[in-house]
Order: sequence, then C-alpha cells, then structure tokens
Amino acid sequence: MSPAETALTQSAEPAAEAAAQPRILQVRTRILKKNDEVAREMRAGFETAGVRVVNVVSSPGSGKTSLLTESLRRLRDRGLAVAAIVGDLETDNDARRLAASGAPVRQIMTHGLCHLEADMVQRELAAWEAEGLAVSSLQLLFVENVGNLVCPTSWDLGESLRVVLMSVTEGEDKPLKYPGLFNTADLVVITKSDLAEACRFDREAALSAIEQVRPGVPVLETSAVTAVGINDWLDAVCPSP
Amino acid sequence: MVHYDAGGGALAGSTRQLAKRQMHELSIAMRVIEMVEQEVAAAGGGSVASVSLRIGVLAGVSEGALQFAFEQAREDTVMQAATLRITHLPVQVYCPSCQAVRELPRVPPLACPVCGRSTGDLRQGTELELDCIELTETIL
Repeated sequence: MSPAETALTQSAEPAAEAAAQPRILQVRTRILKKNDEVAREMRAGFETAGVRVVNVVSSPGSGKTSLLTESLRRLRDRGLAVAAIVGDLETDNDARRLAASGAPVRQIMTHGLCHLEADMVQRELAAWEAEGLAVSSLQLLFVENVGNLVCPTSWDLGESLRVVLMSVTEGEDKPLKYPGLFNTADLVVITKSDLAEACRFDREAALSAIEQVRPGVPVLETSAVTAVGINDWLDAVCPSP
Repeated sequence: MVHYDAGGGALAGSTRQLAKRQMHELSIAMRVIEMVEQEVAAAGGGSVASVSLRIGVLAGVSEGALQFAFEQAREDTVMQAATLRITHLPVQVYCPSCQAVRELPRVPPLACPVCGRSTGDLRQGTELELDCIELTETIL
C-alpha cells in the first residue's frame, strides 16, 4: 500500500468508529502510593523522635520471635527503651513470647492477610499511645512482620532498617527462591547457627546465594540459644550513641 | 504487657474471607480498583474497557492470583467488564564495569550478563504501577 493509500484508509476510519471510540487515561502511578505516603509520614515522625524502627521479615519458623525476645531482653539490660509489634494471621502467642522479655509488646492479628501494611502499624501505634505508651520516647521498635517471604516485599512500614532472616535449617538457596524479598534487605541474618553442623549447613553456598540477589548486603550469623553473634546483631540494630 | 486487636480493618466481610486465599494480590487489586474509580470519576465517568498495569518481576506478584483477585473485587464497579492487562518488566541493572544499563534475561543472579560483575544497582524490576485506563464511551 502506498503512503497516499494509507493516509486515505486512516482518514476514512474515524468516521466509521465515531460511535464508540476508546479513550485512554494515562495514569502511571504507583499502586502502593497510599502505603508509601503513610510510610513516609511515619518515617519522618520516627526520625524526628529518634525512634529506630526495624522491620523483621522471614519465612515462618526462621526464628524471628526467639531472636527478638532475646534482643529485647538484652537491650533492656543495656538501658534502652525498646518495644515490639508483631503481626500474625491468628493468635497472640508470639506477643506473649516477646513479652517474656519485659518489654511492651503489641500483637496485630491480620485474620488472613499475609503481610503488614503501613496504616496497620500506624493505627496500632496510635492505639498504643492512647493507652499510655509514649511511642516517641522509644529508642528502638521492632516490627516483626507476618512470616512470609513474598507478600511483605513491596510494603514499606516506615522502617529505618529492613532485616531478612534465614535459618540454617531451611536451605542455603532460600535467597535464590525468593529474590524479590531478599533484594529489599538492608541486613541479612542467618539464624539458628547452633544447628548448622547438625543440618550440614553450607555457609559458603548461603553467602553466595545472598550475594546473587542482594550484592554487598551485610550478613550476620546468630543463635538465640547459645547467644553466638547476638552482640554483633544488637550493635547493628542499636541506635548509634 | 500484651495488647492485641484486629489489624485487618481495611478489609471487611467477604473480602476478608477472600484475603485468606488471595494473599497480598487482593490488597493490590483493591488499590487498583480504588485508583481506577477515582481516575474515571475525575475524567467525567464512563465504563472501563481495560486496565493496564506494569509489574516488575521482583515485585513478588503472581499474575494468576492478581487476575483472580481483580475479577472478584471489581463486582459492581465501572470495571465490571474490564480486561486486566499486565506488562511484566524485566530486571535492569547498572553495571559499573561496563558503565551501562543491562537487562537481565533471568534473576538471580543480579550480575551483568555481559561481563559477569555482580551488581545490585537496580534500574527496573520492582515496579507496581497502574499504567493506563482504556475507557469505552459514546461520543455525542
């Protein structure tokens, strides 16, 4: 078809389709814009108040609660004002475990939702304030996310630090299977190191897997049972003096 | 000291039931529907022929689950008959050795496909965006 013929064909079409013509609205907006805005507002508030917020993410059973219970206990011993919020689909069992540390703890039951969103944390903090906890006087707040290695990926909770845990018992290739989430980590913690030998944990393979999905991220190794690595971990999450 | 209450306040009734099976894709579908309704209302109304999303391969979203969630959540909206179109965005990284942005044929590894250098300098691949809305309307 010559250019002249093409032009003719094109000019003939609009008249025929004038009755139902599609119209395109260009939007190009982040779907989680609202969440990002709430998170940004919370982050600014935390920074002003000097509250460091650590969002802890992992698969279920990687040892988030055990590590945080031990951490809360030790940080309180160091004289720090610490607290924790924990998300689970059901039960307040984890809040009870964390509360054994003596720190203020609050449970969010999501009733099926697989991740925490910024406004859920914001509502909990507001309710907590109303009940008398001065959130702005805290130095460190742990947010233990719902155990899941996919869903929490894109939800910013206003945290200062996102920590992704993987235990020695769950396979060295976890990061390769869940690259999206591991790619958002500011720090990776390998937990349950006391069990490493028993489950023939291949440390080099695990470090290589982490490096393939989050090049350059710092990696720590801890055991909440033997306390190996706990002080390094606390130094990494503690507010700088 | 333990306090607890229901955190899923934004998801009510039958939608909460869905959330049990649909995971985070339902949250995303609901946000998309909310945004499209606002955009369409701002544009003077109309029915929606299609909704286009741009989703990075590292965003952790399952297309099947998102399609299903969208179909469940759009009942009684201007999107009743709309098609959900998803463009998957591959990961692009900046390679400091090549001084170039490279598209990765697969992830992991996050490494330059040309020189092999490991790099976490992401330039694309984590997007979760509402791109455009196609309206069908009668021109008077």
